[in-house]
Amino acid sequence: MLIIIFRRLLQAVLVLLFVALISFLIFRFVGNPVESLLGQEATVAQRAALEEALGLNDPIHIQYADFVWRALQFDFGNSYRGALPVAELILLRLPATLELALTSAIFALVFGVIAGIYTAINKGSFLTNFILSSSLIGVSLPTFLIGVLLIWIFSVELNWLPSFGRGEVVSLGWWSTGFLTSSGLKSLILPSITLGLYQMTLIMRLTRSEMLEVLRQDYIRLPRALGLSSRQIYVFHALPNILIPVITITGLQVGSIIAFAIITETVFQWPGVGLLFINAVYFVDIPVMSAYLLLVGFTFVIINLIVDLLYLAIDPRLRDTELRSEV
Amino acid sequence: MRRFLQSDLFYSFRYSPVAIVSFVIIVFIILTAIFADLIAPNNPFDPASLNLMNGFTPPMQANDFTGETFLMGTDDQGRDLFSTILYGLRISLFVGVMAVMLAMLLGVMLGLVAGFVGGWIDSFIMRFADIQMTFPSILVAMLIYGVAKGILPPEVRYEMSIAVLIMSIGLSEWVPFARTVRGSTLVEKEKEYIIAAKMVGLSRYQIMIRHILPNVLSPVLVIATITFALAIIAEATLSFLGVGVPTTKPSLGTLIRIGQDFLFSGEWWILFFPAVTLLAFALSINLFGDWLRDTLNPKLK
Repeated sequence: MLIIIFRRLLQAVLVLLFVALISFLIFRFVGNPVESLLGQEATVAQRAALEEALGLNDPIHIQYADFVWRALQFDFGNSYRGALPVAELILLRLPATLELALTSAIFALVFGVIAGIYTAINKGSFLTNFILSSSLIGVSLPTFLIGVLLIWIFSVELNWLPSFGRGEVVSLGWWSTGFLTSSGLKSLILPSITLGLYQMTLIMRLTRSEMLEVLRQDYIRLPRALGLSSRQIYVFHALPNILIPVITITGLQVGSIIAFAIITETVFQWPGVGLLFINAVYFVDIPVMSAYLLLVGFTFVIINLIVDLLYLAIDPRLRDTELRSEV
Repeated sequence: MRRFLQSDLFYSFRYSPVAIVSFVIIVFIILTAIFADLIAPNNPFDPASLNLMNGFTPPMQANDFTGETFLMGTDDQGRDLFSTILYGLRISLFVGVMAVMLAMLLGVMLGLVAGFVGGWIDSFIMRFADIQMTFPSILVAMLIYGVAKGILPPEVRYEMSIAVLIMSIGLSEWVPFARTVRGSTLVEKEKEYIIAAKMVGLSRYQIMIRHILPNVLSPVLVIATITFALAIIAEATLSFLGVGVPTTKPSLGTLIRIGQDFLFSGEWWILFFPAVTLLAFALSINLFGDWLRDTLNPKLK
């Protein structure tokens, strides 16, 4: 068991180093590190001194090691625009993105599981067919179009919900939260639905197929024969057996939620990391792009690692096959 | 042709209303895009033909100043929306087709080499593919777009937008092609005709191109259809985000972005028509791709 954990950790570190290498190549060769640290108003002498101090004349592998070392200390250089440290910019906007991602993940999980169970139990009913066919449209619709359509209906026509921004936020230390004000909560609704809709359909389909599979098993038929109510059977006997794959998939989807947050944040002008990144792409702000790549890479690798290890902990069969394949 | 009409594929097509309807919509949209010059009342990419006074004309109503009427109304710059959608579709289709070609070429080539040669080349290509697959392709495309713009000198950035866009979408979608082709290559290369070809003394290159390649191509078609839908959506998304085609040559995504800006002032048609077009197109390709996959390769379901 320890060997497997160790090997997974090693793999994760290797992948991270590779992502860091790409991020480094972008930072070093597409961008101009001197400019990113000094800004455009520096003199030639200052530049030369900094070039020497940054070790830009060192061999390339030493520069790479240096880049990784600085990234570990959250030093990603300065943004080209405004010359603020990139780490500071990201930290300032991180709470907005994390709150949005969390809300939409919960939305996707709760509604996905409920709809999945409902459609599995009531096979062929009108509502089931309606949910299933509209989920197909939901999958085909690009995220940005869902957002724009929601704004049109709920902000422009009905005037119920705000169409942009986070509303009022309360700061708790460096963390600014929109969870504590009513305008903050209202602002969260449309973006989280936009972001979570795709994941919701995915979770719904998975729950449905798992549920249909489970309902055929003996341990569902027996309690039914014993006279337990349908609700008891579904909640206490069927649900626990489908939750493991569902939670795994939700976990793996967190990565793509963070990536698709870029689109949602642009539609709703949500002041998060994704909006920062898309502006960086627009203005070719290389240090921000390279730091974002590292950050997202790190998040993805950690999530995959956790899911892998959880799998190993939950399913003993996997441990055996892993060890056997090694021998 | 007769062989095609009697094939299983056509049989299944005839009895699938979903496949027929989506196919008709796809063909219709592609034809209108190709013959945009003939159908469109005016050329929206030609600044000389635009009249700012025509701006914000509602659909099927005469403009207050010029008295002109437009089928789908006009946008803020007086561009006829119907014509702009047709020309925009043409750009979307061009970018989509080219991006899929690029992804297919790259993916098939790398998959073939990885499967046939094996060894460290195989591990290197496939590990790289694994890592790229960890990231959603739209993110990869944005990153490539940003980097490519950073490498290009500022003077040519604007003109190169479409080429850069094709490259970023193409490079972000090659992995599924490579994986499938590698898998079938591994199976094919153990078969007797390949051993025979080796014994005859054909070079590795000849075996790969002449003998293995034709036999691993059939699943590539399915992946290409699905990738095409993804590429169209990716193009629309990137253009919507403002990192795609130039605004003087708007695609559907750009038009939807313009439409969103004027939603609050009541000019709903600027958003509505491009959105419906994109929805119909994306949905049809998805449905058609699903049908194709289920018919050609039920195992993938």
